[in-house]
Amino acid sequence: MRLSCPLCGPRDRREFYYYGSDDYLNRPHSDPQADASSGGWSDAWEDYLHLRDNPAGRLRDLWYHEGGCGAWLAVTRDTSTHQVFDVALVVDLKGKAGS
Amino acid sequence: MRVVNKGQIDRSRPIGFSFDGRNHVGFAGDTLASALLANGQRLVGRSFKYHRPRGLWSAGSEEPNALVTARQIPNQRATMLELYDGLAAESQNRWPSLRWDVLSINDAFAPFLGAGFYYKTFMWPRAFWEGLYEPLIRRAAGLGKLPRSHDTGRYEKAYAFCDLLVVGAGPAGLMAALVAGRAGANVIVADEDARMGGRLNAETIQIDGQPGDQWAAGILAELASLPNVRLMPRTTVTGAYDGGTYGALERVGHHVAAPGADLPLECFWRIVARRCILAAGAIERGIAFANNDRPGIMAASAVRAYLNRWGVAAGRSVAVWGNNDDAWRTAQDLAAAGVRVAAMLDSRADPARAKGPHDFPVFTGTQVVGSRGRHGLEGLQIRDPKGTRMLACDCLAVSGGWNPTLHLSCHMNDRPVWREDIAGFVPKPGAVPGMSVVGAANGTMDTTACLAEGARAAQDCLKDLGMAGVDVDLPQADDGRFDISPLWVVAGQGRAWLDFQNDVTVKDVQQAARENFASVEHMKRYTTQGMAPDQGKNSNMAALAVLADATGRGIPETGTTTYRPPFVPVAIAAMGAGGRGKGFAPERFMTSHLPTVERGAPMIEAGLWYRPSYFPRPGETTWQQSCDREVRAVRTAVGVADVSTLGKIDIQGPDAAAFLDFVYINRFSTLKPGRVRYGLMLREDGHVLDDGTTARLAPDHFVMTTTTAAAGLVMRHLEFVHQALCPQFDVRFISVTEQWAQFAIAGPKVTRSSQQPARDAPV
Amino acid sequence: MRYSGLKVLAQGVMGNRGWRPAWRTPAPKSEYDMIIIGGGGHGLATAYYLAKNHGITNIAVLEKGYLGSGNIGRNTTIVRANYFLPGNSEFYSHSLKLWEGLESDLNYNVMHSQRGLINLFHSDGQRDAFARRGNAMINQGDDAILLDREGVRSHLPYLDFEQTRFPIYGGLLHPRGGTARHDAVAWGYARGADQRGVDLIQNCEVTGIDIQNGRVTGVQTTRGPIRAKKVGMVAAGRSGQVAAMAGMRLPVESHILQAFVTEGLKPVIDHVVSFGMGHFYISQSDKGGLVFGGDLDFYASYAARGNLPMVEHVMEAGMTLMPMIGRAKVLRSWGGIMDMTPDGSPIIDKTAIEGLYIDCGWNYGGFKAVPASGWCMAHLMATDHPHEVARRFRLNRFATGHLLDEEGTGSQHNLH
Repeated sequence: MRLSCPLCGPRDRREFYYYGSDDYLNRPHSDPQADASSGGWSDAWEDYLHLRDNPAGRLRDLWYHEGGCGAWLAVTRDTSTHQVFDVALVVDLKGKAGS
Repeated sequence: MRVVNKGQIDRSRPIGFSFDGRNHVGFAGDTLASALLANGQRLVGRSFKYHRPRGLWSAGSEEPNALVTARQIPNQRATMLELYDGLAAESQNRWPSLRWDVLSINDAFAPFLGAGFYYKTFMWPRAFWEGLYEPLIRRAAGLGKLPRSHDTGRYEKAYAFCDLLVVGAGPAGLMAALVAGRAGANVIVADEDARMGGRLNAETIQIDGQPGDQWAAGILAELASLPNVRLMPRTTVTGAYDGGTYGALERVGHHVAAPGADLPLECFWRIVARRCILAAGAIERGIAFANNDRPGIMAASAVRAYLNRWGVAAGRSVAVWGNNDDAWRTAQDLAAAGVRVAAMLDSRADPARAKGPHDFPVFTGTQVVGSRGRHGLEGLQIRDPKGTRMLACDCLAVSGGWNPTLHLSCHMNDRPVWREDIAGFVPKPGAVPGMSVVGAANGTMDTTACLAEGARAAQDCLKDLGMAGVDVDLPQADDGRFDISPLWVVAGQGRAWLDFQNDVTVKDVQQAARENFASVEHMKRYTTQGMAPDQGKNSNMAALAVLADATGRGIPETGTTTYRPPFVPVAIAAMGAGGRGKGFAPERFMTSHLPTVERGAPMIEAGLWYRPSYFPRPGETTWQQSCDREVRAVRTAVGVADVSTLGKIDIQGPDAAAFLDFVYINRFSTLKPGRVRYGLMLREDGHVLDDGTTARLAPDHFVMTTTTAAAGLVMRHLEFVHQALCPQFDVRFISVTEQWAQFAIAGPKVTRSSQQPARDAPV
Repeated sequence: MRYSGLKVLAQGVMGNRGWRPAWRTPAPKSEYDMIIIGGGGHGLATAYYLAKNHGITNIAVLEKGYLGSGNIGRNTTIVRANYFLPGNSEFYSHSLKLWEGLESDLNYNVMHSQRGLINLFHSDGQRDAFARRGNAMINQGDDAILLDREGVRSHLPYLDFEQTRFPIYGGLLHPRGGTARHDAVAWGYARGADQRGVDLIQNCEVTGIDIQNGRVTGVQTTRGPIRAKKVGMVAAGRSGQVAAMAGMRLPVESHILQAFVTEGLKPVIDHVVSFGMGHFYISQSDKGGLVFGGDLDFYASYAARGNLPMVEHVMEAGMTLMPMIGRAKVLRSWGGIMDMTPDGSPIIDKTAIEGLYIDCGWNYGGFKAVPASGWCMAHLMATDHPHEVARRFRLNRFATGHLLDEEGTGSQHNLH
């Protein structure tokens, strides 16, 4: 299995660390005061951390080029066929949540 | 027996070998199988369940019967073991000897040992299952014996990269390699045989007026001369994986009599290919009939291979039987070589091939309905429209047609497609990205068409790769059409065998259907057909046909089971090469490792690191004594520990402080340069991720420490936070765990000693 | 038809033509009291116990392929009750007791073999952790023995004590742990359920779940619509797709786990051996093949096949631990779809939709759980109350913080 790192080119799967779905890019804002009764917990956090679409088909997930340049990659691929459609640098993606 | 003037063996180089302690002589170029056959050793093994006497069936890696132990390695196919001086092979699964096997008594109990019998019994009394029944079943199971000693054989792994991987060096594969090679593409040609050329080495087919094997040798010579082509004989491609990756097993040292210390037995390859052409040929299948498993009953194409390639006649009086045109070549080749052909039997009523004249008796519309001869075939019972009679013979060459060797094309979930005209399954186009299938593997049964297909597939690949094609003359072969009339099973008195290794009969499959194990996957698991070392290569089609018939479905509707890697069994040591002993994972040593070891400190594992547990002094006999002294030293004076294993991350940039405020739960922007603070970072679910001390060297420069175990994890986490969550922060970081040693110095006397200037005194 | 040794002899004498079908092939009715989506180990066990324990037989099990075509059809067959956390500990303990009576209960030889399971440890810290685990097992009423290095050597003399990368400090022996024949478990439960009147419908894929006013009314399938008041989703790795039909997202990510079997060999490994530092586990089946596996491939997948990096890692782990297996040849590799949860523990719970229940999240430990999972899911569907030993397997526990994280690795799905 191989991934094309935008910086390093096609590399063996062994060089990459898999994190999970791109849900991890939608980090909710945390406002302990507003969510005081639940201690800061909210449905947004449940979505972010636990709930997944988990499709048998196309999805986008996050890989880290640990054995190479250290870039985090957003890989669009098909979980049923393992076909890879696109590999993008996470830093190049727009509209991420941060704080 | 040997046939004069036939075979590619080197008669000037005799080789001594032994089988079950008996000495024989063969020649360079022989396999153990061909040499045994030449020496008249027909009995080569015993089947798994019933211990029935078995002989050679094939000449290839699909061999189901001739499994032997040699060099302490069990379950080796005699057909793949190249003869070398001093080869000592033992048959398996028999006691006390191959000829007189006590457990052949199982066969008498066969009616009670049929499909799934063990699920219906052995339940009572409960204690008997583990105490009695299971140990007996386990001892009876398995074919070879694994020695309990460590496997110290030498195995290696390697990578290779190419534009085009050609799997199979028969006519189609050779043409594909030639076209791509001449075009300048980087080509790897892998063939599981030691001698490349595929069926051309086993047939008397002529190509462009030349014997096929010589034509192949000429092509191979040109390929070997091209710097961009790599020939890999003795290399079986075992699996197709994602991203154009193929696993392959090269048998490097098995055929060497006295391998040197640095010659590996096997090398497991990972081949990354932009394109692949699968030209793996086809495997012949038999026809099931009563007692079709006697030694001396062989695949017709194997009889030809033993004759033409190894100069061995598989019998003195050979009967040939088939449902297709191809079988006739066996009779013709044998007769031309002076071997007596007892009869050419064709199940078809009026085949074109029957039109004479022939050098042997011909019977059409004829089926074999039985056989006799316990330790070796003595005769056949044959039936035609006129009636039933006996035919004396000591070898039956049977052909039920060919199964394209399409396994690799189905390793990525797809199933093959049925083709009525060859009565076989062929690959589904596009099943593996980047792979095309040609030749007999694609259901193309005449050699001229195979040659053309191989060339055309290579031209297509070149186009895909953006390379210019080359013009190549297409050779002509002299073999004719392939006609076949499906025949899977002939009814008769006695059991008809499907899976020779697991002893599964036609009756077993019919019983499975009766018990409603109607899915082909259920039938397989219930009867164990197709689960033996040959993985159904010799029985899947017939079993499927029997099941289809028993459940009132057609063959395509019944379907095939899943194809899985590896295509042939691969030693764990090969795929695990490098893992033995310390090779399994890196060893990481602290800066002070050598002095530590010199002081006799017992070393313990902390992940991949080695750390001392304590430093014993002379006179101390227990760890408690040493530890008590060390604790006292730290409490009253000073102690030093090498903590280089802790992760260290150098963090720089105008936003370094803001970044640390984000990843730690406590503030670091308030830390003054020249000072250190303890930091705690949490996982996203609120649990502790890691802790450590972080020092501020300058307004925009920090050095973070992490625990030993979490160093990589924290680095990854920091990269994710920066790249995914806070890309607006201008900060960079790098691991410096191995760039800096780190020592912890603790105790009431620390302040005084640390104010001394740094000196070169040993630690 | 009852199975026994006498029956085998009698049928054998008569040419084996008298064996009856192991289960019927009924056409689906238009309505049932209950529907189980998924005809694998857990689904079939649920149907069986609904019939046996609760007298509910008007049930259909809907399976999109052939019975047992999922993970029950290909796994490393380990059966054990050596969990640490309350919530898990009592569940697997209950399951093991059910295993011990399973053959006679089902009248089917599932070949449950309690040959002993040994978890090796490789440091003082790991020894302490396993000692705690062993004590928890003993407190639960199960069996555990802490072995030192020589104790391990007496059971497993073939390990590479001298050269192995991670030294063997000792092991935790679980004598009642062992293996079973996986297909037989599926077939035994299927036959048992069918005999009690449950309809097993194969080649019937559920394509929709019908819900009205917050309550389930039935399902849509490739063989037509079927009404039911209660529907249980028991689809393992495909749980996400089935739950999506009810508009639900699950805390599940589906991953590929590979496993391997070698050619058949005479008996050489008599235990189940688990190697924590390499994440490698091995046993020998009654047919003689060495059955072994290791880690996930670690990327989400439904392909039921994996890639070489993990294949090689597993083989390398085997070589450092027990190099005698080097000469054994891998005959077949396969892969399944594992439903991974954020804490590595399962879910047996109601959903927010009335009448819709879910049993999933078994990560790659579902085989040993088959009996208790069926038992507890049946209890839940029949009584609307969780069974005592499964009461912590809540769907919302990730939100409330009541995690059952045996490994302590946190909320990333593929770390369990």
